[in-house]
Amino acid sequence: MNKSKYGIYGGQYVPEILMPALQELEDEYSRYRNDPQFQQDLNYYLRDFAGRETPLYHAKNLSRKYKTKIYLKREDLVHGGAHKLNNTLGQALLAKYMGKKRIIAETGAGQHGTATSMAGANLNLDTLIYMGAKDVVRQKMNVYRMEILGARVKAVESGSKTLKDAINEALRDWVTNVDTTHYLIGSVVGPHPYPMIVRDFQSIIGKEVKEQIMQKEGRYPDSIIACAGGGSNAMGIFYPFIENKDVSMFAVEAGGSGMELTSKAALHSASMCTGEVGVLHGACTKVLQNQNGQILESHSISAGLDYSGVGPELAYLADTGRINPCHVSDEEALNAFHEMSRLEGIIPALESSHALAYVMIKAESGELGDLVVINLSGRGDKDLETVIKAGKWKGGNI
Amino acid sequence: MRISDKFEELKSRNEGALISYICAGDPSTELTKSAVKALIKGGADIIELGLPFSDPCADGPVIQSATDRAISAGMTPERYFELVSTLQVDVPLVCMTYYNIIYKRGIKKFIEDCSSSGITGIIVPDLPVEESDELGLACAKNKVDLIFLVAPTTNENRLHKILDKSTGFLYMVSRTGVTGGSTDIGTDIADLLTGIKKCTDIPIAVGFGISNRNQVADIISYGAEGVIAGSAFVDIIASGKNVEHRLESLACDLKSGCRE
Repeated sequence: MNKSKYGIYGGQYVPEILMPALQELEDEYSRYRNDPQFQQDLNYYLRDFAGRETPLYHAKNLSRKYKTKIYLKREDLVHGGAHKLNNTLGQALLAKYMGKKRIIAETGAGQHGTATSMAGANLNLDTLIYMGAKDVVRQKMNVYRMEILGARVKAVESGSKTLKDAINEALRDWVTNVDTTHYLIGSVVGPHPYPMIVRDFQSIIGKEVKEQIMQKEGRYPDSIIACAGGGSNAMGIFYPFIENKDVSMFAVEAGGSGMELTSKAALHSASMCTGEVGVLHGACTKVLQNQNGQILESHSISAGLDYSGVGPELAYLADTGRINPCHVSDEEALNAFHEMSRLEGIIPALESSHALAYVMIKAESGELGDLVVINLSGRGDKDLETVIKAGKWKGGNI
Repeated sequence: MRISDKFEELKSRNEGALISYICAGDPSTELTKSAVKALIKGGADIIELGLPFSDPCADGPVIQSATDRAISAGMTPERYFELVSTLQVDVPLVCMTYYNIIYKRGIKKFIEDCSSSGITGIIVPDLPVEESDELGLACAKNKVDLIFLVAPTTNENRLHKILDKSTGFLYMVSRTGVTGGSTDIGTDIADLLTGIKKCTDIPIAVGFGISNRNQVADIISYGAEGVIAGSAFVDIIASGKNVEHRLESLACDLKSGCRE
């Protein structure tokens, strides 16, 4: 297999201008990934700045209710409130080692933009975040967060004015400023070597789980459940377990408000479950598209899952049967959001609520086994406004 | 008409080629038809007709907007080939589109449709040479030229790989960046051209940020066989004012730079 491909997926579908930069990134990454100094620096930032390792928490009340032993990997406790910083610290440090002065990133809800701004501020890199104009309005608080951290936020007015257009605009910036700039992609998407690099930096999640579950249970879990938009938290927790064939893996996509498509938009973001093979943002993968090959706008109540494509390696693992793609709706995720908050005293991100919802729905069927790990990829403080607007407020009189 | 025949013809007249881009269906197929006629009347030697894609990451704002207008007005690959087959023109027609559009239709079918509708060359800005084998085979079989881009960032090793696969002409990107805006035509472009010409006999056309006659004259004097202009024409279409007449006179002006 071509090193840049996962089966038919992956590859490098980018303008010629960027090809040398992708080569440079691949070369520099393979130079530093095993470099002791780089590893030492990264470990330092992950421990003392990001707060790793994160706990693997036995959710007793959830376990009791669903008659399954459920552990939560607490990525919500990472600095910034989500797993995103694992990747941004790794890539920002890499950019620094590569001598780049400037980093750019796309963001949908603002989580990756915030994590990039944190890493950029700490490592003294000039930071510019592209964000769809619609998302700028929907996620005002995260825009403030990024600006307070010293980043500039540029609202993208082209196309559907959401995440996919922010990626297009970041690619255009990179094409223009490729000598000075590192494009810090936030998920396991884009052209090779990005899906590999982001997966590697996020794999710390699964590596920790492997040790922690062994200590606590003396065995690996029967199943691991993670939500998947682009799929970075899913790849991060799955990857170290790929060869452990007894561990089932479920990638929960956003079923949105229904599984239908129109000629311009999908009501969901379930590209693994329903997408067709296509080329988007530099990679061949499963893509939500119409019969003419135009990319469809996606939908999810959770902005972090609202994306028309998915990481190429996930698409490949789904085709081979190693992971099971599935989906839950906006409403199911909202219910899980509330149930989790009340049962365990942890407010989960709406993204992670999709993984929780799947477990709540499936636990009693026995399909998931007796010992389950859920990647709690982020905390839900950022989602309160969305939850209130959805009319699903269960917090008393306001 | 094949692209190589056109370059031969121009060579014998000692002229550079004017390659003009517009986006099919922007804002209607009717206007595209009359715009193509106006461009040819003004002196365009090759017409590059964009088949719009929802996510054109190599294009600047002018062509992005054209793409949006064309898709909203209902342009599809099906209608594109219908439109092309009704254009009765005696210049080469080149299709510019992104890879997903081709992939979704089926590579073989797409290129067969190009061939039967009258497209004789294809440019795919998000398809680097490494990913192009399947498309290259289909193109060779159907006598459609596959036109690659080279950029200021392309090193010699890559240049040779690209030249190995290039047919029709080589699209030299004048600067890092996206389409549109304005480009200073300086010695770096001359150097780049000289470097490439040492390695190949294939005609070279320079594009990105080309909008006036002086730029064109400079590029041709540096040894390029042609220039590509797009956003400048699309701007006129977007204005909606006196479109055919202004397209014709801009083409005429740029073409005069090809003759200096």
